[in-house]
Formats: sequence, structure tokens, C-alpha cells
Amino acid sequence: MRIVVTTALALLIGVSGANAGAMKPGEVKIVDGAVATPLTDQAGDPEKGRQWFLGRKLGNCLACHVNSDMAKEPYHGEVGPPLDGVADRWTPAELRAILVNSKEALSPDTIMPSFYRDSGFNRVAEQFAGKTILTAQQVEDVIAYLTTLKEK
Amino acid sequence: MRKLLALGLVGGLLAVGAQGVMADENAELVIDGKTFVTKLKAPADSPFDEILSGWRFRTDETQALQLDDFENPAMISAQYGEELWNTADGADGKSCADCHGDASESMKGLRAQMPKWHEGKKTLFALEDHINWSREEHQKAKPWKWESQEMVAMTAYIGLQSRGMPVNVKIDGPAQEWWEKGKELYYTRVGQLDMACSHCHENNYGNMVRADHLSQGQINGFPVYRLKWQGMGSIHRRFKGCMDNIRATPYKRGSDEFTALELYLASRGQGLSVETPALRN
Ligand code: HEC
Ligand code: HEC
Repeated sequence: MRIVVTTALALLIGVSGANAGAMKPGEVKIVDGAVATPLTDQAGDPEKGRQWFLGRKLGNCLACHVNSDMAKEPYHGEVGPPLDGVADRWTPAELRAILVNSKEALSPDTIMPSFYRDSGFNRVAEQFAGKTILTAQQVEDVIAYLTTLKEK
Repeated sequence: MRKLLALGLVGGLLAVGAQGVMADENAELVIDGKTFVTKLKAPADSPFDEILSGWRFRTDETQALQLDDFENPAMISAQYGEELWNTADGADGKSCADCHGDASESMKGLRAQMPKWHEGKKTLFALEDHINWSREEHQKAKPWKWESQEMVAMTAYIGLQSRGMPVNVKIDGPAQEWWEKGKELYYTRVGQLDMACSHCHENNYGNMVRADHLSQGQINGFPVYRLKWQGMGSIHRRFKGCMDNIRATPYKRGSDEFTALELYLASRGQGLSVETPALRN
């Protein structure tokens, strides 16, 4: 019953609609710091990923990370490491793991949010309860964008 | 009224223009020739090396507004508080002044010790609790809402009587339990962004998160006039804002949780000068 209600609700808001055919957050397994299989069957779009990276209501990655590719944007955060050349340091499968669950992929103490987790949180505001920050497709889009950030 | 509007406008312009500009690290907060303690060496058991007022993290322009009481819009609220202090209210037709006389004597030092244990009610009292207790007990007046203009003005006015005095809260005796609870809340991850207060205000103060320069989250200036709010706000309003930002369900203003958190935060700022009513962006 509970499941039916949440799904109906999610469909209304259009969350799971965008996620059709996507791996559910609970199904994603991190193995050796990586998630080898993409979360959706549709390849990520780097142009969209760039937007999600910037969007304050979405990834808002720029809030914490300097990114020279976005030098024209004001206000790069200093909380995380710069993401210049991030594609030289991590494979797409590793980036997927970092985005899905930073606590498992990077460090249990990290401040970085987990962008594809929907449970295990404390006192989540009602409007975000049971939801992920990014959709599966948005995660794939961000990974596609990050793989363009090469230093050489 | 006109004055309020004008200040609001100035505030709005500054809020836009001042972002991203760092303050001079060595600037000192001096009001009426009196230097405030905005930076001090932390004691050994503190999580910080140095204890720093939020004032030090603001831009030059925002800092400047607090240097001059005629430019600090928070003073308008404190003035309203003074008016209320002298106005009779409640079934007994008494004003605060009828019992407490001159606030600059009777209320001096109170804000620096808040929140503190209340022997009569056997609970931890924030300044707001004290005010409402006195309204009910002595004035037979209706309590004010936590974030009402009246309450914020009265906490600003009473707080002003401690301005420049060092924060000095008691965390032993019956307050200890509350302190422990506040500490636990401070380090507990909450919300969809899954962060604790410590992630921003202990591990990352001094860093930028997007356009915001993270401070230690000290509360020695509250209630504050915040440019972003275009108005005054209580300590608990600020807590709520931070919890909303990390997509958590905030505790209620005046709740035991927020009062415990307030005590814990106050203890982390022990020795800073009370800046009430301060100005922030
Ligand atoms: C609230 C802060 C915060 C936000 C928001 C954030 N990160 Fe991070 N990120 C960090 C921190 C801090 C680290 C470093 C690990 C640590 O010390 O905890 C990190 C590490 C990383 C790393 C690995 C470090 C490396 O070698 O470059 C990647 C990749 C990364 N983040 C990508 C992202 C992306 C993409 C987003 C947005 C979808 C994002 N981050 C949002 C704080 C953040
Ligand atoms: C995502 C980062 C973040 C988290 C987590 C966070 N805050 Fe804040 N907080 C801010 C920012 C940004 C400001 C405004 C700039 C500043 O003073 O740091 C702020 C300001 C404050 C201030 C005002 C300081 C002043 O001098 O005016 C207080 C008090 C405060 N926070 C308390 C808390 C408490 C308590 C928690 C936990 C419930 C918390 N914060 C969690 C980002 C955060």
C-alpha cells in the first residue's frame, strides 16, 4: 500500500516518470569504489550535465568545487577539491560511485552529498523524503560532462 | 517608517554589490570608541584554535554598517524594544520598567549568560523564554510569538545592555544535560544533503560555499538584522534557515532542541563580545 501511494505521488510530481527504466537507488551496488553499469540505458548528455552541475537546485557542484571550465560563472566554492582534470583521475565507473554515494566511495566523513540515494537520512524535509537529489539520467549526464574535464 | 524603508533599500543594494569581496583580515570592530573582542585564542578543550565572530567574515561594506549605530538598521528594532520596555501591558497594567527600572542597570549582563537554567520552571531558558515568563507572571500579559516584531525588538533591546561584555554561559549543573544534547545535535547529519552543523561551521569556516563565506556560526550578535531577510531575526530563525538549506525538517523555534543547540553554540563562543544587535548579510 505504502509503495503504491509513493509511486503515485512520485508520478504526479514527475520524478519517477523521468526515471523510467532506471536502476533504483537501492539496487545500485558499489564494488571496489566503482559502479560499472550505467544507471539508465540512455547515454549521458554532457551539455545537460554541465547544466545540472551548475544548477543551484540540482547538483550545485560549483557550490563546493572550483571548475575552470566554468571560469565565467561567479562564485566557485572552496569546500571540495578543484575538479579540473577530474577525468584524468577517475574512470566513469568511479565517478558514478562518487556521485551515487560519496560516503561509501570517498569517505564516511565527507561533507559531499550523495546524489543518488533515497533513504537512510535523518529528518529529511517532507518535500524531499524518499527522493534522490538527482535523477538517474541526471547522474549519467553529469558523469558524461565530468569525463570532458581533462587536463591534457 | 520612512527611515525603515530607506535603510531597507540601502541594505538591498549592498547585499547585491558586496558579494564576493573579502573583508580585511585585520579589521577591528570598534563602536563608539570601544573595541569589541571578535577574535581570541581558544582554550585547549575548544574544537577551534581561534574563536572568531561572524563579523570578521563579512565584507568591508557589511562590516562598516555595524560600526555606526546610526547606520545599523538593527538599532531601529532595539529602539522599538525600548519603547515596549516603557509601555504598560497586560491585566496588571504594568510596564517592564515599573518592575525593572532602568534596563541599562537591571538587564546588564543578562544576554551574555543566555541561555541559562531557570530555577522556578526547572528548565533551560532562552532570553525569549525569560521575557514571556515575565509577561505572564508579572504583567499578566499574553506571551509574544518567538519571531514577532515585539519579541525580536525586546531581545535586541535587552541584549544591547550587554553589548561589549564577554559571552559567559554556564554549562555545568543542571545545564550540562542540555549542553550534551546540543552538542549531539551539532554533530548529527540531517536532511537530504546529509550534513551536520560541524561540516560547514567547524570543518569549513573561512571557505566559500558558492557566494557565501562560511563563518564559525557564532551567535554573539543575535538577534541580527540580516540583509538577506531585509529585517531582524532570532537565533532560532537562523538555525531553521540552515536546516532548510540542507533540506532537513527544522525543529520548532523555542523547542528544547534549538534551546539546547543555542547553549552549545554559545559555549563555543565563550569570551567573544556580545554584539547584539549585529548586522549580517
Ligand atoms: C557540500 C560540498 C560538495 C558538493 C555540493 C559537491 N561536492 Fe564533490 N567533493 C566535496 C569534497 C569535500 C570532496 C573531497 C572528499 C572529502 O575530503 O570529503 C569532494 C570530492 C569530489 C570528487 C573526487 C575528488 C577529485 O579527485 O576531484 C568528485 C569527482 C566530486 N567531488 C564531484 C562532485 C560533483 C560532480 C558534484 C555535484 C553533482 C559535487 N562533487 C558536489 C564536496 C562537495
Ligand atoms: C551547507 C552549509 C551549512 C550548514 C550545514 C549549516 N550552516 Fe549555518 N550558515 C551557513 C552559511 C552559508 C551561513 C552564512 C554565512 C556564515 O555566517 O557562515 C550560516 C550562518 C549561520 C549562523 C549565523 C552566524 C552569524 O554570525 O551571523 C549561525 C548561528 C549558524 N549558521 C548556525 C548553524 C547551525 C546551528 C547549523 C546546524 C543545524 C548550521 N548552521 C548548519 C551554512 C551552513
